Amino acid sequence: MAQRATSVVESTGPGQRTRAGVHAAETLGVALLLGVAGYAALFIAPTERTMGVIQRIFYFHVPSAWTGFVAFFITFVASIAYLRGRNPKWDRLAVSAAEIGVAFFTVVLITGPIWAKPVWGIWWTWDARLTSSFVLWLLFVCYMLLRTLVDEPERRAVLSAVFGIFASFDIPLVYFSIWFFRTQHPQPVIGAGGSLDPLMRNVLLLCWAALLGVMVLLLRQRYRLETLRHEVEELRTESARRSDSA
Amino acid sequence: MALLRPTTILLGKELRSEFRTRELLTTTWVFVLTVLVLFSFTFDPTQAESRRFGPGLLWLALLFAGSLMLHPSFAREQVNDTLAALRMAPIEPVSIIASKILANLCFLLVAELFLLPIFAVIYNLSLVPILGQLVLVLLLGTLALSTVGTVFSAISSQARMRELLLPLLLLPLLAPALIASTEATRGLLEDPPVLSLPWTGLLAAFDIIFLTVTWLFGEYLLEE
Repeated sequence: MAQRATSVVESTGPGQRTRAGVHAAETLGVALLLGVAGYAALFIAPTERTMGVIQRIFYFHVPSAWTGFVAFFITFVASIAYLRGRNPKWDRLAVSAAEIGVAFFTVVLITGPIWAKPVWGIWWTWDARLTSSFVLWLLFVCYMLLRTLVDEPERRAVLSAVFGIFASFDIPLVYFSIWFFRTQHPQPVIGAGGSLDPLMRNVLLLCWAALLGVMVLLLRQRYRLETLRHEVEELRTESARRSDSA
Repeated sequence: MALLRPTTILLGKELRSEFRTRELLTTTWVFVLTVLVLFSFTFDPTQAESRRFGPGLLWLALLFAGSLMLHPSFAREQVNDTLAALRMAPIEPVSIIASKILANLCFLLVAELFLLPIFAVIYNLSLVPILGQLVLVLLLGTLALSTVGTVFSAISSQARMRELLLPLLLLPLLAPALIASTEATRGLLEDPPVLSLPWTGLLAAFDIIFLTVTWLFGEYLLEE
């Protein structure tokens, strides 16, 4: 117990130092990639014919949604892994990914209206994809809420893992039902039959790569934070136990 | 088979304890009725308008009622810690959840049975010619509500603020089921009535998916 606590507190060993160096290099790499992607989105990609400059928000709007999906998928896998093996690491990964997914979908929900206003003339429309992203965002906000309302760590992990799995299975249903219900969104432009300019597509993929890099960095930081929280919690119970027995 | 017998026995227990008092049934029934009356103030309830909005109102009212009435499903086992007794019984834990899903399905269906005539009368809709198809849609939609609702009441009963938490968890997740059952019901109210295959199919898929997920992961919720 005490040993594990010191391993985190003392972060200046030689191994730690190289790891810190690698972290710094990775952060720098992602920052560079993000810079290049931003430049490409703003200056290299051709201006869209009908929507004009505002369409460039697409290079962050769409990859943010994709990255959010990746994060929620990580939550899904980590939740199942937690239930099977009961290793608290999986729970920490699940909550970190869920929070980051919510953050990326918040970006989607903010950039969506910014794009919609000049193009459609309104901030918000109950269009299929905006609506389903909203529902998805709500689902995982509820996941975060659920976690704040259960105190016992192991119960919290189990309950939120089950809810996370339910929410993940709901994602395709939400998308399909709302898409079927109404659609006026720009139709999918990637994949078969897409009409996206190759240069635009490459810039889009570059932006996605940059955002995935951001996601990985955030995930690692958030995971570390969750580990520290966990250790603080353990130390608290330990000290409470000791003062009780003293 | 190993599931069937304990499930039916537990279902009998759930039904007996409810039909002794009929508390859940009466409160749900009055609640949905109140909501349906209040909804009439939000639009001009002529027959044409009722056809457009009626199905949505009905399903929203049922959804809200479900998110409130499913709460006691697990919470009332905590008063005397009877869930611990159930856990100790030599049965599959899934059958505890299955029996509660079935019991809640029964309660909701009975409540709907008494609600539909009143709904038809006050919103001036003729439901008799489409009764068979309507029962199918009601059955599928209510199964969706009771499956997810029962599982989430097991979750929320172990958290703080549980009465508030259950609707929060339940309502966004049921959005696809709400859309599908509303659209299927709306199709039945059209002239001539059509049973929309895509929407009924989606509703059935929703049921199958979440029953399977419950079967796979539900037992974790019953651990001590």
